[in-house]
Amino acid sequence: MRISRRILAGLATASLAVTATSCGGGGTSGSFDDTVTVGILHSLSGTMAISESTLVDTEKMAIEEINAAGGVKVGGKSYKIEYIVEDGASDWPTFAEKSKKLIDQDGVPVVFGGWTSASRKAMLPVYESKDAFLYYPIQYEAQECSNNIFYTGATPNQQSEPATDFMYKRSPAAGGDFFLVGSDYVFPRTSNTITKAQVKQLGGKVVGEDYLPLGNTEVAPIISKIKKALPEGGIIINTLNGDQNVAFFKQIQDAGITPSSGYYVMNYSIAEEEISTIGPEFLEGHYGAWNYMMSIDTPASKKFAASFKKRWGADRVVADPQESAYNMVYLWKQAVEDAGTFDDNAVREALVGQKFDAPQGPVEVMPNHHLSQTVRIGEINSEGGFTILEETGVVLPQAWNQKHPSSKGFACDWTDPSKGEKYKL
Amino acid sequence: MELLLDSLFNGVAIGSVLLVAALGLAIVFGLMGVINLAHGELMMLGAYTTYVTQLIFKLPILKPFYNSYIIVSIFLAFIVSGVVGILLEKTIIRKLYGSPLETLLATWGVSLILQQFVRSVPLAYGTGLVISLLIGLFLPTTFPSKIKESINFKYFKFSSWLFAALTGVLTGSLISSSVSKLSRASARNVDVTAPSWMRGQVEIIGTAFPKTRLMIIVITLISVIAITLFLNQSAWGMRIRAVTQNRQMSDCLGISTEKVDIITFGIGSGLAGVAGVAVSLLGSVGPNVGGNYIVGCFMVVVLGGVGNLLGTVLASFGIGIMTDLIGAGRLLSIWPDMPLPLSNTINFFATTSMARVMIFALIVIFLQFKPTGLFPQKGRMVEN
Repeated sequence: MRISRRILAGLATASLAVTATSCGGGGTSGSFDDTVTVGILHSLSGTMAISESTLVDTEKMAIEEINAAGGVKVGGKSYKIEYIVEDGASDWPTFAEKSKKLIDQDGVPVVFGGWTSASRKAMLPVYESKDAFLYYPIQYEAQECSNNIFYTGATPNQQSEPATDFMYKRSPAAGGDFFLVGSDYVFPRTSNTITKAQVKQLGGKVVGEDYLPLGNTEVAPIISKIKKALPEGGIIINTLNGDQNVAFFKQIQDAGITPSSGYYVMNYSIAEEEISTIGPEFLEGHYGAWNYMMSIDTPASKKFAASFKKRWGADRVVADPQESAYNMVYLWKQAVEDAGTFDDNAVREALVGQKFDAPQGPVEVMPNHHLSQTVRIGEINSEGGFTILEETGVVLPQAWNQKHPSSKGFACDWTDPSKGEKYKL
Repeated sequence: MELLLDSLFNGVAIGSVLLVAALGLAIVFGLMGVINLAHGELMMLGAYTTYVTQLIFKLPILKPFYNSYIIVSIFLAFIVSGVVGILLEKTIIRKLYGSPLETLLATWGVSLILQQFVRSVPLAYGTGLVISLLIGLFLPTTFPSKIKESINFKYFKFSSWLFAALTGVLTGSLISSSVSKLSRASARNVDVTAPSWMRGQVEIIGTAFPKTRLMIIVITLISVIAITLFLNQSAWGMRIRAVTQNRQMSDCLGISTEKVDIITFGIGSGLAGVAGVAVSLLGSVGPNVGGNYIVGCFMVVVLGGVGNLLGTVLASFGIGIMTDLIGAGRLLSIWPDMPLPLSNTINFFATTSMARVMIFALIVIFLQFKPTGLFPQKGRMVEN
């Protein structure tokens, strides 16, 4: 209800803006030669709505910015971007169904959408069979490389690998043992397989791992295992999902598993939005790893945060997934302008090699349809943000992880027909 | 020794969460035979009551008493969930006694309505609504019997509902204007922060125990003792037991079974509210929080033997201790050099997901041999 009201409000503001400019006479609305309609497909209801609606907000903002700057220029004509928002309803088959609708019925050239890996896996066959194009903005477990999906989130080597390296070599718990905690589904399990291989390479030890079934908030057995496996403190890698983090951090703090007693938690699913929900008092002193953090002190980053707050309210925050969603809209626009057409195949070819000065710094589209990105390690502070401790250079994406036993030695390259989805290096 | 103490404490801690959640259901399902799928949502209302109380205690007037908000919220949660439970009984469940399938569907529908309610209605007005329900339901019963018996009683009743609605709207807007967080509807999970005296650990015989866990154990103990005393010592408790044993006979002997049903259901629902306070200390509070506990609640009641509080108590502590034994791989630390195949098996089940599977499997096996649970009700069943 809250969300749909927000959309209504958003639509109302948008239409107001349109009327306002047209009433003004000679405004921007008159200067477009044509319009192009794109699809936005995220959950606006159900459990994922809280997270995914922030992406819709960001994508709308990016589209409004592009329109305000004159729209998309293709073949000497300027196009105004319009959008159709569809609700995936946190239900994976619905994502596939709505994708079909957007492609067949609305004929959109591109769909921006998805959050969970499950929703992406449900949509993938639709885009492959119709040879349409999906832009997916979330950091994920990789081990996938589709010709019809463009991934702007981090792959494990752009998030968890530098983070593990930091924890083992340079954190206050450096050299300590690892304990892995996650929700029981594909992302934590894949991510932890990679972490285990990496810790072994580094010469460290993983002394335990446990997975909490989705929806379960009883952390007591995990706490006693952590205390048994790491009696003197150590490194905890956390890939729990959503609300389970609240239960986890509340209960470990009560059980004395805190930074002051030598336990440091590295989180892969906690960004600024989640910190404010869980409460910084439970998270202070623990770590996070992302490509974008709101505290990045560059003009691009500040401008991004400021325009988001201006558009959607001063109490709103921006986080990594939103930055990723923002980038993908701009990268699509650039690729279309370079290709000179909205046609899928030409845009796909033009896309590889696109560079963009993103809020996180420069990013570039690689032949495997992923982005080269900067990785940052931050310590969570009492204000609910990250204090950035480290910044890598630009890290190239690995669609097939080089530490995971099943994909070691493989890569993906869509610019070379002989290589494709998965070829041996 | 320390290991044993730690393990026992963990088992009791997990068990007491199960117990406090299942206690209300043990009464509603166990004594009355009503399959109430909205039990989890009554817990959720209790958890939200804790959240609202917490925010109201942050107001300048109540700020000095902030540390005691959790105690106050236990009573408020009992009242809020109890009132909603009574309304539920009066409007829906009363018509469905003796038809378990329909009750199951209807209460499931109610659970969906309640979930959507907290998503779509600002909590301030939700609070106002509960207050008007409270006044509307209880104000007429306080009138002197002269008025109650008069032919114009319906007008009195009507005007008291009018008064109730007015008070509800007023308190709703008052809360909404003074606490901005409660003035907007939100599907986002919210957080209850325990007051500072309840955070951290306390040391007993050389072992550190988290205070929130101890608090939950205390809440559970008090609830169990209070409800046992009520059922066994008070006049209404005796009537409740009489009605559960033989409804027709009790009716013949002049017990108002209608009133007994309302009171029983109200108490069961109120206890769900108290459970909500307890679980709000462990995790976040959201529309789905009750759904996480409902299966466990039914499991405990069925395992303990329907209609028996002692069974429910033993079943929850049993499950709690088993969860800790299996899930944390305790047997390995008790007997470190057991043969390899055995230790591998134990390791395999020593994760939270697999421990759950194991517990369910054990319960299924147990119920094969004792289908009526640990403590089956003796004598003939009269419900049919």
